[in-house]
Amino acid sequence: MSGKHTLIDVHVTKPDAASLIAARYDNKPDALLEILHDLQHEVGHIPEASLPVLAKALNLSRAEVHGVVSFYHEFRRKPAGRHVVKVCRAEACQSMKGNELADAAQKSLKVKFGETTSDGAITLEAVYCLGLCATSPALLVDERPMGRMTPQKFDALVKELAS
Amino acid sequence: MIKIYVPKDSAARAVGADAVADAIVAEAASRKIDAKVIRNGSRGLLWLEPFVEVETPKGRVAFAPVETGDVKSLFDSKFHEGGTHRLSLGLTEELPYLKNQERLTFARCGVTDPLSLDDYISHGGFVGLKKALAMKGAEIVTEVTTSGLRGRGGAGFPTGIKWKTVHDAKADQKYVCCNADEGDSGTFADRMVMEGDPFMLIEGMTIAGVAVGASKGFIYIRSEYPDAIRAMKDAIRIATTGNWLGRNIQGSVHSFALDVRRGAGAYICGEETSMLESLEGKRGMVRPKPPIPALYGLFGKPTVINNVLSFAAVPYILAEGGKAYENYGMGRSRGTLPFQLAGNIRQGGLVEKAFGITLGQLINDFGGGTATGKPLRAVQVGGPLGAYLPASQLNLEMDYEAFAANGAMVGHGGVVVFDDSVDMAAQARFAMEFCAIESCGKCTPCRIGSTRGMEVIDKIVAGVAREENLLLLDDLCQTMTDGSLCAMGGLTPMPVQSAVKHFPEDFDRPAKMQAAE
Ligand SMILES: Cc1cc2nc3c(=O)[nH]c(=O)nc-3n(C[C@H](O)[C@H](O)[C@H](O)COP(=O)(O)O)c2cc1C
Ligand code: SF4
Ligand code: FES
Repeated sequence: MSGKHTLIDVHVTKPDAASLIAARYDNKPDALLEILHDLQHEVGHIPEASLPVLAKALNLSRAEVHGVVSFYHEFRRKPAGRHVVKVCRAEACQSMKGNELADAAQKSLKVKFGETTSDGAITLEAVYCLGLCATSPALLVDERPMGRMTPQKFDALVKELAS
Repeated sequence: MIKIYVPKDSAARAVGADAVADAIVAEAASRKIDAKVIRNGSRGLLWLEPFVEVETPKGRVAFAPVETGDVKSLFDSKFHEGGTHRLSLGLTEELPYLKNQERLTFARCGVTDPLSLDDYISHGGFVGLKKALAMKGAEIVTEVTTSGLRGRGGAGFPTGIKWKTVHDAKADQKYVCCNADEGDSGTFADRMVMEGDPFMLIEGMTIAGVAVGASKGFIYIRSEYPDAIRAMKDAIRIATTGNWLGRNIQGSVHSFALDVRRGAGAYICGEETSMLESLEGKRGMVRPKPPIPALYGLFGKPTVINNVLSFAAVPYILAEGGKAYENYGMGRSRGTLPFQLAGNIRQGGLVEKAFGITLGQLINDFGGGTATGKPLRAVQVGGPLGAYLPASQLNLEMDYEAFAANGAMVGHGGVVVFDDSVDMAAQARFAMEFCAIESCGKCTPCRIGSTRGMEVIDKIVAGVAREENLLLLDDLCQTMTDGSLCAMGGLTPMPVQSAVKHFPEDFDRPAKMQAAE
């Protein structure tokens, strides 16, 4: 690529996040999960348009990339809200009224697990254990762990995240 | 200068440790007190988090659980000079919960600054590795074999035998992979090691590398553990700078490099061959065995795969000798296991004890019974694929063989307590649901059988042809046990059938839907 054209291209079209991230990992196919994590971190989800870009960069078939994205629960195909709240639904949390917390969370946000609130503030996701099983029930807000949750504390959290 | 410790462990953060640390820093500053707040790992008394300690000439004293609102009064009572307060617990080391443990692996966790190499070394760190660097690979393997260490990830396979296989294999490249997927509900010991004493894991893996002749290692950490991922990456960077990783470690002929790889929310990637696929950037489809990963592992090369706790036990074994470790335990379960008391338990946390302690001693003597104060009804040991045990089996000794003989498993040492409000049919249904959600999809009994299992349990609970459906459930479980490639489908029947066996009354409630049929 000639330097001159690259410069102009950068100004008209945003450089593609997927190919930049792949390059960071030397376009190694075994780094696909790491690349997808970084992409989701930077863009908020895995855009459909990035699949062929990654396939080309890593010398994989499109089906292979698609297969990996769809296999792992962590990767999101649709944009997320400004915050992602992951509520633990596993046994130790169940033993401390985790199911009530899960129900209250869905009611409070008026969404089901996997959905985003209509104002785009919060995406609610189910996870199975956060390693916070002695301070259950637990959840993760973006990367912040929270334990000993109650429906009341959840409502307070929602208010905090909305402001 | 006064040293004040506020844990950075994510369980402590989950109940407000960051805010407490900030408040202590601010209060000390406003009172012009020369204090340093150190963010340590957790001591493991998780029901008392945030667990604040102050260093005094007599030793460290504890105040817990501290809320931000307590900070002013703590300073008023001169807690930083050893003064007493409503939250005083006295000397940390004298607390029965800690004093009655046998901490070999968790000796340092919560004591040191997790990312301080100086702390690590002054508390016995790298003694094992230094010895290993001067030994032959086969001698290291022998020491691990002597210790009787069995894999702490769940299956309990002898670690020494695994290492010997990789040691004896001829290859241009070998790998050491740490399974830090810790997907089992009720377990958090791996997480505590990574957040609270990460150099110990690095040391254990490096010893493995030296033993088998591997120059490269990976730690596969689940994405649900952002703090552990950060801590391990930082620790690897610091250890590399200090030449405890990398080329010619401490001037020896041995080189070993480590990298962290993130999982992505798939329970099945804790199964070792699925983890290998994931490490290669693929879908986590379980590989058939043979070939075993020890001979044909990551990228087709001989690979040691061990759980975090297995690697973490190795520095002690090398430093003190395999025999010292082997002296603990019972039967063929040698050494100690860091048990994790979780769920509906009053004093949840980490309890490292030699094998042979009973389930009841763990739950009652350490755990103090249920959190709600209601009678204990069921305990799930060993994660989502482990059995549900009734209160009448609390006398079971924690031992791989004793548990297996009772249709249960010790697994990764997670103990999840339920009080009498639990609905065991709902728990059995959840076991099937979890299998349906997390199945890799390769075998029909696991993929389809689990969904069928949910439907059948729904019918039983609804009172639809109960006897027939209970028999059908049994058949289905048998098919899953016999026809699954790995323990995901193969062991899901364990929680289901143990629930039916020990709590039949929950599957025999008055019929609601017979009229509708
Ligand atoms: C469904 C399933 C999930 C597993 N999850 C884990 C896990 O999260 N961590 C782990 O160390 N082992 C896990 N294992 C066990 C591994 O397959 C393997 O036995 C272990 O990592 C070997 O290390 P060890 O010998 O040190 O225990 C799992 C097994 C199965 C079948
Ligand atoms: S038992 Fe289930 S998880 Fe294991 S290989 Fe078969 S389908 Fe995959
Ligand atoms: S079961 Fe919810 S945090 Fe472990």
